[in-house]
Amino acid sequence: MIVASAIVLVPLLVVLLTSLKTDKEASTTGPLTPPGNWFNFGNYLTAFQEGRLVQALINTTIILVISTAGTVLIGSMTAYAIDRFEFRLKKLVMGLFLVATLVPGVTTQVATFQIVDDLGAFNTRWAAILLYLGTDIVSIYVFLQFIRSIPVSLDEAARLDGANSFTIYRRIILPMLKPAIATVVIIKGITVYNDFYIPFLYMPDAELGTVSTALFRFKGPFGAHWETISAGTVLVILPTFLVFLTLQRFIYSGFAAGSTK
Amino acid sequence: MTALQKDRKQGPATAPAAPAAPTKPALHRRTTRRHWWFTPWLYLLVPLTLLVAFTYLPIIDMFGYSATDWDGISPTSENVGADNYLELFTRPELFKVFLVSGVYLLASFVQIAAALYFATVLSFNTRFRNLFKGILFFPYLMNGVAIGFVFLYFFQPGGTLDSLLGTVGYHGRLMWLGDPDLVNKSLAGVSVWRYTGLNMVLFLGAIQSIPGHLYEAASLDGANRWQQFRHIIAPSIKPIISLSVILAISGSLAVFEIPYIMTGGANGSQTFVIQTVNLAFKFDKVGLASASAVVLLALILLVTWIQRRLVPEERVELS
Repeated sequence: MIVASAIVLVPLLVVLLTSLKTDKEASTTGPLTPPGNWFNFGNYLTAFQEGRLVQALINTTIILVISTAGTVLIGSMTAYAIDRFEFRLKKLVMGLFLVATLVPGVTTQVATFQIVDDLGAFNTRWAAILLYLGTDIVSIYVFLQFIRSIPVSLDEAARLDGANSFTIYRRIILPMLKPAIATVVIIKGITVYNDFYIPFLYMPDAELGTVSTALFRFKGPFGAHWETISAGTVLVILPTFLVFLTLQRFIYSGFAAGSTK
Repeated sequence: MTALQKDRKQGPATAPAAPAAPTKPALHRRTTRRHWWFTPWLYLLVPLTLLVAFTYLPIIDMFGYSATDWDGISPTSENVGADNYLELFTRPELFKVFLVSGVYLLASFVQIAAALYFATVLSFNTRFRNLFKGILFFPYLMNGVAIGFVFLYFFQPGGTLDSLLGTVGYHGRLMWLGDPDLVNKSLAGVSVWRYTGLNMVLFLGAIQSIPGHLYEAASLDGANRWQQFRHIIAPSIKPIISLSVILAISGSLAVFEIPYIMTGGANGSQTFVIQTVNLAFKFDKVGLASASAVVLLALILLVTWIQRRLVPEERVELS
């Protein structure tokens, strides 16, 4: 276990060390040598200012908030419609969602690209938002599993009080789904934050860089400046690390539910 | 909508519902009576539109493109029938990417075995369990580009790995990412580093749901740790192991992020998806790329189908 932990930690710690070195130190000393000054945060400043990380953080936040909120709405509404109503073609609708889980997103990018382009969404934030909303079927399943455990008698009671279906969804189902919403928000949030190929493929404009693509672009201008690249890397990992520390328990159960469905 | 329409539309919707749910027919009848036939569709309108637009339409289009020589830009394209598929299967360099997938597949077996080992150890040993679990799982949550950079630095000539090997007296000049024989193994190693924790957490969850009295009975019978693993743990977590194997197979066919970020597919590290993306967006061969994507989709569906057929009786023995 200790060996395994070391294998995980050493590559990360080395990057942390390098991010604190000066330009000269990084090129002359070995990677395992500690930095001369442990509080040299200059590289972080460079990464922030020249690496467009602020813009990237804003873009990622916009995309993340809209697509996470949208996923919650879409997922819970789909689950509500499928679980609480009887209607024609219900089997077909469920089948469509089920089969879609089998199709990996990467395989259809060639054609998806043309559709996004036709919609005029290429090179706008909407491309990423639409794709995150449209291709997330796992969260529908999380909601569907959860909504089954909410007693139908609650709906019935509200109905007798004169509530229509939307009021029931809004006032009863949505608040009862809170644990499922938390799970979906965590999974979706981390997935969107980390996603690389959708922003890379659909938003090549440097102004639209997300955390992933902005960091990827460090490769060019900072070429061999590992101290700056390391600082950028640490900055990108840091939010994930903080979220992990605070929400550990939910994260384990969330990803376990998400990856096994 | 008039009352008449409402009644007419509701008739057929209610009829099939009643026999479908014989246990609570009264309830369903009451539910259906209170809403219009189109109420559920209001909720489904947006989700279904998105589903069709971004999953089903692309699949249909992809089949269409795969029979053309379209370049993705020009308004016209020639129908070339099965030529793209023929090209795909006859040009050896386009097919070589499957060998690369093989390396990732082997690595994912290492990954599953390691995850199984760590999960078992952690389930016996509760000291610092959460710490170790957290450390091993964290890479899974990390940004892919960040992981790519961490390991670019790690594998650099004179980088972390070389320095570490130097401290134990090994001063080889291995080009971890430059040598075509080595590059895929290095990259597959990164993927093991990234995903072992996820497998471990899944296995650990399954192991912890085994009732404790089974272990007690076994140790009363004098079973040692290995026997407990072999006869109690392994059989009870078989389903999750076989699921992991299937995910590993489809995952190793769809590798993209790490090699694309780290090497861009250079030195023979090109994977199926990198090749497809390059064909489509770099060389403007949308037709050929679509054919290749269709092949990938077919392979993954085949693997999934096999899994669905086998899973209840699956016999995956990694122990």
